[in-house]
Amino acid sequence: MIAVLRHELSGYFHSLTAYIFSAFLLAFVGIGALIYNIQSAVANFEYVLAYVCLGFVVVVPILTMRVIAEERKQKTDQLLYSLPIRTSQIVMGKYFALLFVYLIPLCIVALYPLIFAQFGEVYLLTAYGSLFAFFMMGAAMIAVGTFISSLTENQGFAAGITIPVILLNYYSVTLAEYVSATASGSAVVLLVIAALLGFLVRYLTKNQNLAYGSGGLIMLAVVAAYFADSSKLEGLLPDIMTKLSLFERFYTFVNGVFDLTVIVYYLTVILFFLFLSVQSLEKRRYN
Amino acid sequence: MITVEHLTKRYGDFTAVSDLSFEIGEGHVYGFLGPNGAGKSTTMNIMTGCLSATEGHVRIDGHDIFEEPDQAKRTMGYLPEQPPLYMNETLEEYLKFVGEAKGLKGRELQKQIGEVLRQTKTGHVKDRLISALSKGYRQRVGIAQALLGNPKVIILDEPTVGLDPIQIIEIRDMIRQLGENHTVILSSHILSEVQAICEKVLIISKGKLVAFDRPENLEKLLLAPNGISFTAEASREEIDEVLSGLNRIMQWEIQTQEDEGIRVNVKTESENVRDICREIFFAFAGRKKAILEMSSGKANLEDVFIELTEGETCEEEESGVSEE
Repeated sequence: MIAVLRHELSGYFHSLTAYIFSAFLLAFVGIGALIYNIQSAVANFEYVLAYVCLGFVVVVPILTMRVIAEERKQKTDQLLYSLPIRTSQIVMGKYFALLFVYLIPLCIVALYPLIFAQFGEVYLLTAYGSLFAFFMMGAAMIAVGTFISSLTENQGFAAGITIPVILLNYYSVTLAEYVSATASGSAVVLLVIAALLGFLVRYLTKNQNLAYGSGGLIMLAVVAAYFADSSKLEGLLPDIMTKLSLFERFYTFVNGVFDLTVIVYYLTVILFFLFLSVQSLEKRRYN
Repeated sequence: MITVEHLTKRYGDFTAVSDLSFEIGEGHVYGFLGPNGAGKSTTMNIMTGCLSATEGHVRIDGHDIFEEPDQAKRTMGYLPEQPPLYMNETLEEYLKFVGEAKGLKGRELQKQIGEVLRQTKTGHVKDRLISALSKGYRQRVGIAQALLGNPKVIILDEPTVGLDPIQIIEIRDMIRQLGENHTVILSSHILSEVQAICEKVLIISKGKLVAFDRPENLEKLLLAPNGISFTAEASREEIDEVLSGLNRIMQWEIQTQEDEGIRVNVKTESENVRDICREIFFAFAGRKKAILEMSSGKANLEDVFIELTEGETCEEEESGVSEE
């Protein structure tokens, strides 16, 4: 794993990736700090981070688009498979390298509250608590990006999928207000999701029985739940959309609450998507 | 050293490798021969752990590649069909990564990098970006990578494909030298190459092993008889008449009608081809028909290859000829 980590890091600093990523992230945070802390003279650095959140739509794909897709394109994945290292070690090595690159601009950003503290009273605890949550949220999104990159051999395609996924996640709370909150509406959407899941399973495993079985089972459960007690389904869809939002949970920190459950949530997302990335790499061995 | 048992790989309905079994001993250079799409790369990918098998086992030095992948992979180096190179790295950085991934550290790593650079004669380009290297050098880098960790088995998938003749000779020499200290398996669809460097040849066709022997034994084993071809200044009927009078000739084929005569390919089972040449010569001379040119050829690996891999189509063609 250390070999992969070191190799990836040297790759990021040899190419422009690490620099472009840092430049973008620093520029976003810088603009935010300029608007809130300097022009409006607000002492809360966490507001800047909340403002900069949308920047992830741009910076995460820059970082993650090539991470696995490029290996596949250059056929260097064959080298990785033939080396005496496990797929999980490959994914972990790559992921930690990404985190390291992500951490560098954040270390610079971490100086800002201290600088502002020279000129007045800054809520340092909230600022650093939010910065930590900001790091964890970014780490979760990087895990998502890594997984998307493992699905394709085209970097552009990986970036093209990662951007709408993050954007959708960002706006999911806003969209939740517009979607149907009725039980039938939720049921229909859940059926569609079950069908999509079935197709995804079919695409990934090429196993028709498993795909139709899992898709059918969920559909059956939804229909059963609808007829048994339709009130349970009421408001379910907006609820799910809000729950899935990585950003909504971050705002808890901005509001001054250090919520450990949120950190656990981010860690779960990270582990889940890294697990999927490992499976996606393993799957290539099977077809 | 390597045991492959009942290896099968299916992609949906398509069977790429079917019930392949063979055993490879220590030392020597082994050739893996087969037409394109015969399943050579698939088999090599499975042997090196890059691909899973639908059924069967592969053991490298006693370690099962599916159950103990780390130990098995440590005993071998692999060069895939397309050398897996990171283009924006220098050769030294690249080798350092591969060496570290193979568990080498510090002085041992430096020593081995120096060693493989010397073996592959790439020492003078070690600070250059791999993207700036020529195809021949990239191939060498691929081999250098496989050599790191001093593996017992080296597997090379079409190592000379796309190289110019001089590079091919250099790579072949290198492989021959590697065969002195390692077990080398190389795949190829070029027969002369396998004949030139391999001590034993495995021929596979449509995912099945059709032959496994020394090249010279394979030639002997060949069912196709020895052939003579000549150009005679005579009509088709006359040639048929003369040749049917010679009882040691099994079959003949009138190939092309040239301006100055007719080209004939003759097949005989007799070991003494020169005797047959003499007979043909006098038979035609007796009828005052000139033979303008004559040559005899022994069966070579190429014939074995064609016969074994395309047996069915060959038979069809032959029966077509005899009807004629």
